[in-house]
Amino acid sequence: MSLVPLSALRIVGRTATSPTPQYLPLLGCRVRAGFPSPADDHLDGDLNLHEYVVRRPASTYFVRAEGDSMQGDGIHDRDLLVVDRSLEPLPGRVIVIAVDGELTVKRLAHQRGRTVLLASNPRFAPIPLEGRECHVWGVVTHVIHALPGAPA
Amino acid sequence: MIALVDGDSFYVSCERAFDPHLEGLPVGVLSNNDGCVVARSRELKALGVAMGAPLHQLPPAIRRQAVLLSSNYALYGDVSRRMNQVLAEFSPAVELYSIDESFVHFSGFDPGALEAHCQRLRETVRRWTGIPAGVGLAPTRVLAKLANRLTKREPAYEGVCRLEADSDATRRLLERLPVAELWGVARRTAERLQLMGIETAWQLRQADPKWIRGAFSVVLERIVWELRGHPSIELENMLQPRQRILVSRSFGRLSDALADLQAATRQHATRAAEKLRRQGSLARAVLVFVRTNPHRLQDAQYANSHVVALPEPCNDTPTILAAARRALAAIFLEGHRYQKCGVMLLDLVDAERRQLSLLEEPADARRRDRSRRLMAALDHLNREMGRDTVRFGLPHQDNAWALRCQRRTQRYTTCWKELVTVKTG
Repeated sequence: MSLVPLSALRIVGRTATSPTPQYLPLLGCRVRAGFPSPADDHLDGDLNLHEYVVRRPASTYFVRAEGDSMQGDGIHDRDLLVVDRSLEPLPGRVIVIAVDGELTVKRLAHQRGRTVLLASNPRFAPIPLEGRECHVWGVVTHVIHALPGAPA
Repeated sequence: MIALVDGDSFYVSCERAFDPHLEGLPVGVLSNNDGCVVARSRELKALGVAMGAPLHQLPPAIRRQAVLLSSNYALYGDVSRRMNQVLAEFSPAVELYSIDESFVHFSGFDPGALEAHCQRLRETVRRWTGIPAGVGLAPTRVLAKLANRLTKREPAYEGVCRLEADSDATRRLLERLPVAELWGVARRTAERLQLMGIETAWQLRQADPKWIRGAFSVVLERIVWELRGHPSIELENMLQPRQRILVSRSFGRLSDALADLQAATRQHATRAAEKLRRQGSLARAVLVFVRTNPHRLQDAQYANSHVVALPEPCNDTPTILAAARRALAAIFLEGHRYQKCGVMLLDLVDAERRQLSLLEEPADARRRDRSRRLMAALDHLNREMGRDTVRFGLPHQDNAWALRCQRRTQRYTTCWKELVTVKTG
């Protein structure tokens, strides 16, 4: 076991110590372009993880991953995924997609002119999308993974 | 121009957005305790299941085929809130009309570009929330409501229908439309109109507004003006159909104080409960919304809403007050200057036709009877002695908030333990 050299870490600021819990639906406010954002006043203030992972509250959902076939992308069983439904499902992105009615998480790719879903575990063959009933549900933007020993 | 935007089979669409298996199946949403159908998918309607049909009266063959779910108001309220946030991306002036319908104002927008704008709006609602929506675009609310209905009947509109006040198409539509089907025309009013020879919406439009006001009401006169393309109706003045009750008001001055919002919400909820009893209905859920003034560009904007399900369908003022108070607490944010708040009672049912729940205890019946007599006495006093002669100071403590809802789906968006699961393999 080796220690992480201190130089590899950079302190970016304090975390928010908000006494009130932050729930997903809380960020309802919009700020008009061309006017100063009220958030500007807080740039040197506390860091709010919710603000960092949720760009568009109206289209952002939290979902739970199940299974180990996406470990290559850092997605483990029971991890929390942040999904933004407003983003384009571009090749290379990890997406949530309904395939034959089942919601699944996979990487979208083009292979030899075909659109396929890739697991990040080489034991799984690519899934071609042709001929299947499927529609994109959203794009995964962040994974929240609790380390062993972290309180649940 | 004004658009009425509504979500198709809204409750069912909310369920489908999080469980794609339900796509294409006959799906119904039931009220939480008494087992009536409060929402139906197209497929369930095709099986001949009527709105409000009691679960135990459905033929076994239909019960086997259909997916019947308890209502999940936490989910529907959250999806509704998101839908309105999307609408706010397309216009600063959005007015909640019910959990699944909002009016969007486009004054000052380029009229020529509005249909394309509304198509983008609809596509964005679909992508961000998963809800298929219909958009009716017209110069007035009454016409927008009609245009919205056309999007449901004619797939050729692709979800966006525009009605001009003076076009031939509008005329043909109004000539075929029975006056009873107009938004805001109560059944009894329609019967009286028919006796006077006014049977279609077009005949009402052509009637003399002054005469209509004298013979009927100011509201009906305003509907005439709206049919002619002159905006005349404010939501607050609008007659409510029997399926929902909305009480809201703009504040005289902007306020950032929780106490002000609490007082206003309490008053709206009290008034809504009175209306509910007067029309002999029970409500199943309470929605509260708040918003800042969208026309004050210098202020940070905020609008939000929250739905609280009632433990059972009821018309009891303290229970409705307690629910409204909880809903307000869930959305109030410090530091905003609020302009408006409102209370909506959702999914109404006839008090007479309420069925006794199987799980009901005699104590429940006694408590309900006491509440009924108390409310009757209260309404009587306030009617005879003037509004607010007797009022509720504080609602009683929340007691049995736990709902009996065996068929409820997960609260996918509001509860950490009930999130959507996505398989990786």
